[in-house]
Amino acid sequence: MYWNEKYERLPQSEIKALQLERLKQTVELCYYCVPHYRQAMQELNLEPDQIKSLDDLQRLPFTTKSDLRDNYPYGMFAVPLSEVVRIHSSSGTTGKPTVVGYTRNDLNTWSELMARSLACGGAIKGDVIHNAYGYGLFTGGLGVHYGAERLGLSVIPISGGNTKRQIMIMKDYGSTVLTCTPSYALFLAEVMREMGYKKDDFKLKIGVFGAEPWSDNMRKEIEEKLGIVALDIYGLSEIIGPGVAIECPEKQGLHIWEDHFIAEIIDPDTGEVLPPGEQGELVITSLTKEALPMLRYRTRDITRLITEPCACGRTHKRLYRFSGRTDDMLIIRGVNVFPSQIESVLLEIGQTEPHYLLIIDREGNMDTLEVQVEVSMTDFSDEVRRLESLERTIRAAIESTLGVTVKVKLVEPKTIERSEGKAKRVIDKRQI
Amino acid sequence: MKVKQISIFLENKSGRLNAVTNLLAEKGINIRALSIADTSAFGILRLIVNDPERAYKELKEAAFTVSLTDVLGVEMPDKPGGLAMVMDILTEAGINIEYLYAFISSDQGKAMVIFRVENLDEAIECLLKEGIRVVDGETLYKM
Repeated sequence: MYWNEKYERLPQSEIKALQLERLKQTVELCYYCVPHYRQAMQELNLEPDQIKSLDDLQRLPFTTKSDLRDNYPYGMFAVPLSEVVRIHSSSGTTGKPTVVGYTRNDLNTWSELMARSLACGGAIKGDVIHNAYGYGLFTGGLGVHYGAERLGLSVIPISGGNTKRQIMIMKDYGSTVLTCTPSYALFLAEVMREMGYKKDDFKLKIGVFGAEPWSDNMRKEIEEKLGIVALDIYGLSEIIGPGVAIECPEKQGLHIWEDHFIAEIIDPDTGEVLPPGEQGELVITSLTKEALPMLRYRTRDITRLITEPCACGRTHKRLYRFSGRTDDMLIIRGVNVFPSQIESVLLEIGQTEPHYLLIIDREGNMDTLEVQVEVSMTDFSDEVRRLESLERTIRAAIESTLGVTVKVKLVEPKTIERSEGKAKRVIDKRQI
Repeated sequence: MKVKQISIFLENKSGRLNAVTNLLAEKGINIRALSIADTSAFGILRLIVNDPERAYKELKEAAFTVSLTDVLGVEMPDKPGGLAMVMDILTEAGINIEYLYAFISSDQGKAMVIFRVENLDEAIECLLKEGIRVVDGETLYKM
């Protein structure tokens, strides 16, 4: 199902022409309206009119998450706040949050792309969509919501939590489309079974899952347990939110909407653009964003570009399913976690050694995070209740910083493995 | 009047207690009394030894998380009501006990109880006032 057949099937030559025209506009907008971009371009002796072809894209500076943080909160906006009708934000877990803004046109674009994405998955008017992405500052919930309304679906804005009630609603309201993280989909399947339901008790037929990496094995399991077609969706708030790229039912990569974004794959170490088909870091340039235009944003996600035509008829290039990240970011229950955040929490509390180990596992389809912390050699209390209260203090501090529940375990000093004097920080046991 | 107790943090995993007892054996340190407080994740081993300063040093060098804690060694008759009498005094004085453990003294007919309380000096004072013997460290280590 196409939502916007003309654009979804636009020949590559026309896509390229459109990209160039829009790239020039975006570069101008960035140069004249965002001091950060102007300065970055001036440092490279680059003026907007020097961008004459799509190949000139490579001459533009990269943008990183820290650029957004350095310009916190609104410094990267290219329009006055009076034109911004929506603000989303990251949880601000590694220092300052990143703030993203949308003009009315931006929301329109986002809805359009999300509508295309849901239609691509097979959703049509008449479907009931159970949107279990979190609503709020996170772009997941509202992003899907507006796209689903645009497409004409009946939206149940259930958000996260209260799984049994979710299942009752899904069953009684006859939900046909499910949107959430893939691990939550599996958790829902588990709880359905515990409640004594079979997949035939539900009308579900399509699932659109994202916000965390997942494998084809996990897809098979979800499809089997829920009796649906499960598709991968990609997006990030810095670019627009969910709906940047989506798998079609061919399940051979995610189409990135090239009339709105340009995807490049670079070598994360040298910054050099890699030829099509090679694996590297995904870099995205926005072409139609007004409030927060993005020049060559480094996503830190690792993938490769598929340029061959797709059997589904869409002409937009595809991204191979993501295989990891170039930084140490972990995604735990859909929440982005950097090990350094845990370090700063421990240093702040100050009653333990700064050595820690994160053990991530998956129990019953839900991610678990255990934080092992070395007890301080010098400041050790021999009373159980003091140590237990230290455990609780650390747990509460980490949970409020990360926004995910953790288990804290105090361990003996020097027991956390060090390699080359540096502690090994993360053990990820998840099989995904 | 105070007794030096060795406290060691141990993770709940096999071989940890053994590592401590082996080290002490190797260094010729004798254990007079011991107790373990445990939770699901860790334990705290508390020891009265013949030479606490040296035991502390050796354990520290072997990278154990160890501390020296002041506790009280209280002597009482080894018969029904012996501990009750001491507890009455402490309760009366409003002294809270963090933990305690007991062993039978080599001195015939006597029992020893090791107390960890919030305010050691206050506890000593009120026990002495009631005629209870509070054993000093040196005596206990050599017992």
